Amino acid sequence: MENFNAKEVKDVVIRFSGDSGDGMQLTGTLFSNTSALIGNGISTFPDYPAEIRAPQGTVAGVSGFQVHIGSGNVTNPGDYCDALIAMNPAALKANRKWLKPDATVIIDGDTLTEDNVKKAGFETLDPIAELGLEGYNVVIPDITTMTKAALADMGLDNKTVVKCKNMFALGICFYIFNQSEDYAKRYIDSKFAKKNPAVAEANKLAIDAGYNYAANTHQFANTYKVAAAPLQKGKYRSINGNVATAWGFIAAAEKAGLPLFCGSYPITPATVILEELAKHKELGVKTVQAEDEIAGICTSIGAAFAGNFAVTTTSGPGLSLKSEALGLAVMAELPLVVVDVQRGGPSTGLPTKTEQSDLMQALYGRNGECPVVVIAASSPSDCFHYAYMASKIAMEHMTPVVLLTDGFIANGSEPWRIPTMADYPSICPPIVEEAPAEGEFMPYARGENLARGWAFPGKEGLEHRIGGLEKDHIKGSISYDPANHQEMTKTRAAKVAKVVEVIPDLEVMGAADADVLVVGWGGTKGHLQSAVSDMQAEGKSIAHLHLNYLNPLPHNTEDMLKGHKRIVICELNEGQLASYLRQNFQDIRFEQYNKVEGQPFTVVELKEKFNSLL
Amino acid sequence: MAEYKYTPADFKSDQIVKWCPGCGDHAILNAVQRAMPEVADALDIPHNKFTFVSGIGCSSRFIYYMKTFGFHTIHGRAAAIATGIKVANPDLSVWVCTGDGDSLAIGGNHFIHAIRRNIDLNMILFNNEIYGLTKGQYSPTTKLGKITKTSPAGTVEKPFNPGELVIGAKGTFFARTIDAEVMLTKDCLVAAAKHKGMAVVEALVNCVIFNDKTHAAFAGDKATRTKNTITLRHGEKMLFGEGNAKGLVLENMQLKAVTVGEDGYTIDDILTHDAHCVDTTLHSMLAAMKHPDLPVAIGVIRDVKDEQVYDVKVAEQVEQLKASAKLHSVDDLLNSGETWMIE
Repeated sequence: MENFNAKEVKDVVIRFSGDSGDGMQLTGTLFSNTSALIGNGISTFPDYPAEIRAPQGTVAGVSGFQVHIGSGNVTNPGDYCDALIAMNPAALKANRKWLKPDATVIIDGDTLTEDNVKKAGFETLDPIAELGLEGYNVVIPDITTMTKAALADMGLDNKTVVKCKNMFALGICFYIFNQSEDYAKRYIDSKFAKKNPAVAEANKLAIDAGYNYAANTHQFANTYKVAAAPLQKGKYRSINGNVATAWGFIAAAEKAGLPLFCGSYPITPATVILEELAKHKELGVKTVQAEDEIAGICTSIGAAFAGNFAVTTTSGPGLSLKSEALGLAVMAELPLVVVDVQRGGPSTGLPTKTEQSDLMQALYGRNGECPVVVIAASSPSDCFHYAYMASKIAMEHMTPVVLLTDGFIANGSEPWRIPTMADYPSICPPIVEEAPAEGEFMPYARGENLARGWAFPGKEGLEHRIGGLEKDHIKGSISYDPANHQEMTKTRAAKVAKVVEVIPDLEVMGAADADVLVVGWGGTKGHLQSAVSDMQAEGKSIAHLHLNYLNPLPHNTEDMLKGHKRIVICELNEGQLASYLRQNFQDIRFEQYNKVEGQPFTVVELKEKFNSLL
Repeated sequence: MAEYKYTPADFKSDQIVKWCPGCGDHAILNAVQRAMPEVADALDIPHNKFTFVSGIGCSSRFIYYMKTFGFHTIHGRAAAIATGIKVANPDLSVWVCTGDGDSLAIGGNHFIHAIRRNIDLNMILFNNEIYGLTKGQYSPTTKLGKITKTSPAGTVEKPFNPGELVIGAKGTFFARTIDAEVMLTKDCLVAAAKHKGMAVVEALVNCVIFNDKTHAAFAGDKATRTKNTITLRHGEKMLFGEGNAKGLVLENMQLKAVTVGEDGYTIDDILTHDAHCVDTTLHSMLAAMKHPDLPVAIGVIRDVKDEQVYDVKVAEQVEQLKASAKLHSVDDLLNSGETWMIE
């Protein structure tokens, strides 16, 4: 069914919202994948509560999934939405603030009961008026009733039928946004057809019913069509940050020719990395779900000592628990990648919400002089690249690397042009293959990049002891010698500093002498880029510099920071990169723009801030 | 049987042993260095496959004195790190050296979970019932009421019995030895090595400086040990004492020490040790025997075969899934599932 009256638009933002159990994450994912398949640029943002099934019908229990579809490269999931699909009054209330002025609002009319409206915390029984939605294109289809009617002949129980209402809503969206139902139906078949053909059939019927309802009613004044995106030619897939991170590690292990080992403990929002790695034992991946965060990193340190490429995955509170062991990996000079998928803190904080407040912890959160390499990924798909590079650096330089991602890019997804492993650089760790012809093996003798040799237990003639006590700078035996400790401290720092030789220089997006330089790091890249490029199109003198390599900083960091009237550092924390850059570049003046609301920046607020600086 | 013909000297590193003179750890080191050549031959393990891992504490310095691969790690974590080593390379013979504070206090969690997983590690648990390296604070095995630097009025917390903990966690191997019994220690270590799965050997060691004679009441001199301990051997009667005159019987679900030939007890009434019995009840009771009520059990108390060995199962899963895999490379992985072309 082709809808010929569709209005061509450059991009649209759609927000699916309902109870935690309403299947909004799946609905959103099916919609965004459908869009991706036709060649749109997409970016998604799941926004869900920490509770699995928070009290039904309350604002606290609302789970949302926002998808931004566009022609061309879509760098962020959009601030405000063109369409909101609310499965109950609580979802409407929770998302009122995210509506664009002319947005279409669809709410399930069956849920507008006195009970539900009260539970959602409305003061009156008219949520539409109370939220001031009169000027909006509000459509109130009885989704539950219509779903039931459509599936009346299926012979299914009421609970199963009602569960299909998210697919009815999806059908409505397919009509409004001129999308094909094919992908969603194929997906449903692949998931349910074997296990439960009736459920598969019901879900597909619900999609059709929603689509037909939308086509027949005249309430949808506007329908939209987003032209396929002129993305770079090639083969694409959709990927989220956590899966991309996991795959980056598998890729690095394959390239290095070593088994991948991941010791980890479940923690939101990092758990999916462990789950994804556990799925790929066929590629030689070994996973240990440890008894706690400490055992997560410790099993990985053991595996690294024994000659596997080892990683451990966690989020902020878990990194705190891992700090002592991370110090051991620094002292023992073993390769290890620690992923911190940052979330709102301190303490348990906001487990499902995003933040960038672990930078200082990653850089400094250990006892002693304890430098590690720190790298941050900046989009769902580039998690693959940075996980790969973190692994390469860890193995080739015999050092722990902390890889920072965050809840936003970890859960968000986007289309990704599939790379070929042949295009990725080689990984050559300094593995010691055999015992020296003369004399004993010296475990702390170093190569040019200051990495020590990696001698796996089991190799003849390489028997040696390492540990957390200070080491003699060559033999590796315990040394309390003052001069040796000084030398080893400096050597460990120099080894990490030397990583600068293998990381790329920074490139500024915009003019090198732009009046305002916007500096960010990690997962804020898409929003910062959008805001800056919009303003550049308006003729504003503004540029964007984005950091992925945080320790060491790229060679040309200082040069890139110079030559601007004002520099503003934007972070989802209270100014951690700002402090770090001030410490490193004391002659440069930095301004800050910070936010810790558990949400990404909005392009609107960023532009407002940047305009005030010009 | 392989024939490597190693000698204890092949396992001695060049490091000067820095434990206090008279410390029980010296005797354990001696027994370990004697056991290794036997283990190498019995299990066909070449020298380069032995890997020793330790945590923190006096006993954890052990690894520096062994001329093997060694990793002196951080407090409490040796079992976790050893778990990673064994999973990464199941061919290694991995030995964990740990103390009562290291494994039962700060490392308690890793200890019970290593046992639960039944990973094929060999653990020597040096139990001196005190924190030695920090100079004399009470530990989780210190006797109730003991006066130490952190319990000047005596402790008010009951100790763990490591054996009960191991067996309670359904451990598949537990042995106990005494520092002075070097040959018994060696035998327990060889048995631990032969056991496939997690093996814990508790070594009762004396700390001459901070907890001298803590085990002396039953472990002091040879005569005291004969009188107050029982060496358990699989398939043999549970006899002890001078001339093996005494033995253990089970009455009213309780163990009781009796004299053979007295009070109507004959040799037939005496229990026979079955270390291979899957049920934990009697092993737990044997491990729990306390002086002076009963003789303290030494030797291999429990040695149960269990196919569910963690590192073996991890490796098996990887191999099985590799054999039936649709994906063989990262390129396959990247191109798997839903993809689309943009022309």
